Amino acid sequence: MYWEKDVETIDRKKLEEFQLVGLKNTLVKAGKSYYYDKIFKEKKINADSVKSLHDIQKIPFTTKDDLRENWPYGFIAVSKDELVRMHSSSGTTGRATVVFHTAADIAAWTDLLARSVYMAGLRKSDVFQNMMTYGLFTGGLGFHYAVEKIGALVIPAGAGNSKRQIQLMMDFATTAVHVIPSYALHLSTVFSDLHLDPRKDTKVRIAFVGAEPHTEKMRRKIEEIYGYKAFNSYGLSEMNGPGVAFECPCQDGMHIWEDNFLVEIINPRTLAPVADGEEGELVLTTLKREGMPLLRYRTKDLTRIIPEPCSCGRTHRRIERIKGRTDDMLILKGVNIFPMQIEKKLMEIPGVGTNFLIILERKEFNDSMMVKVEVNRELFSGELKQLEALRRKIVEELKSEILITPQIDLVEPDSIPKGEGKAVRVIDNRKD
Amino acid sequence: MVAYQLSIFAENKPGKLASVTSVLARENISIRATTISTSDTFGVVNLIVDDPKRAEAALSKAGMTVHLRGVLAVLIPDKPGGLDSLTQLLYRESVNINNAYGFVLESSKKAVFVVDVDQMEKTEKLLEKHGFQTLDTKALSAMEPSLGAK
Repeated sequence: MYWEKDVETIDRKKLEEFQLVGLKNTLVKAGKSYYYDKIFKEKKINADSVKSLHDIQKIPFTTKDDLRENWPYGFIAVSKDELVRMHSSSGTTGRATVVFHTAADIAAWTDLLARSVYMAGLRKSDVFQNMMTYGLFTGGLGFHYAVEKIGALVIPAGAGNSKRQIQLMMDFATTAVHVIPSYALHLSTVFSDLHLDPRKDTKVRIAFVGAEPHTEKMRRKIEEIYGYKAFNSYGLSEMNGPGVAFECPCQDGMHIWEDNFLVEIINPRTLAPVADGEEGELVLTTLKREGMPLLRYRTKDLTRIIPEPCSCGRTHRRIERIKGRTDDMLILKGVNIFPMQIEKKLMEIPGVGTNFLIILERKEFNDSMMVKVEVNRELFSGELKQLEALRRKIVEELKSEILITPQIDLVEPDSIPKGEGKAVRVIDNRKD
Repeated sequence: MVAYQLSIFAENKPGKLASVTSVLARENISIRATTISTSDTFGVVNLIVDDPKRAEAALSKAGMTVHLRGVLAVLIPDKPGGLDSLTQLLYRESVNINNAYGFVLESSKKAVFVVDVDQMEKTEKLLEKHGFQTLDTKALSAMEPSLGAK
């Protein structure tokens, strides 16, 4: 039932000793990067500044903006020759945040995720269908490597193409899948269209669901439709990707692998730590990473630590499923989208007015984005075909930026209410 | 002679045309002809009115997105083949019609065909050369459709 029993059930005290060593090592390694070298000199920090885990608070936070500003190599702590892989956060083109890995980093990530899926019940005898995008997105290759390490058969199906997914599942008797929750729900409608019942017509017994926040209700619905167990998975590309925290068979919170990550929960406004059990922003420090160590990285994800021990026997604490974001990032079909990306693109298109409104909907289990865009009064030529061309251009431009095809609704100037101060640009109508 | 057509951007939902006509009614502006073209969630309302400049100002003031453009209002005989002689001419001369609509001025006698073409000046000269009369705003306003005529 354990992948690495001694690590997973380690005594907390011993774990904290390892964490302190890991933190000190990380400070030494991070100091070799352009960015942290500069910060450490400014703040007069070195490995000796940290005498206890509590001393981590002397180290400044690292944010996504820091990653962007020091793009692409400002956080690299090893010679470029040592790097074997890069990944990037989903959705963004232009200045995406990129993360680099050494061979040892990939091995460590693979091991963490193997530990995770083994915990959830995946075994060598399983047939695993990975329904995630392969490529820069971490959910494809990350799971692929981890499941191969366990020794199960991997079907690298990739994302989309629903009929083929179902065909593969049936032809090769798939027993485990990795899927985005909204896609799992969408796929169930394709099963219906084909007059198939996933409970009877497939052999899938385990699903790993992640890459987008979802509610407990949505998970239960997926389990009910498919008749399998769905395990929540948490990760972010800055911290490898999936395999940061994962559900055990108790399905009550995700064990966060504290031998690899030092966990803090802070108040996103005051930035002060909150007590165990209180909700706040998750802040993570890598303890073993070589290529791109990150210190006190603000994930912007809201959660809380579940302080009580888990009945599965693992001593790594659990975090609750992600409640939301402390910034305005949207996650749609597993793709991260910032309203600012949409604003920037829209403002580059002649004919677009000043205001816009993003509306997210969930229909027939399928998430979609509609953007209401005001037209520019001055550039209106009186012709319908001009408006149609404008709409087509907006769809194309946004699609190239956010990788999702939005529905565009052109509206009259000044018809979108302006918010007080910071404009309210997003209405999220997605419910369970 | 060139006439003017008002084009108003409008979302495709109830009350949009009513808000346009209420402004014109209040300003005592007479509508000679109207067409609406829609594309799913939005569309364009085209109007021929007796005082296009004043109508444009009033609609803009009411917050609407308005564009005033020159169109050709061609007088044609209201009889079989009346429109055909005009369209055949434009076809022969490779003039493309972007938008067009017509209305009867005097039943069985005169009708007006409003055309929005890609080559305004060329078409204007062409029509003149072939004996078609075009009407400007003033001429359009002056003509009273004989509604009662049978």
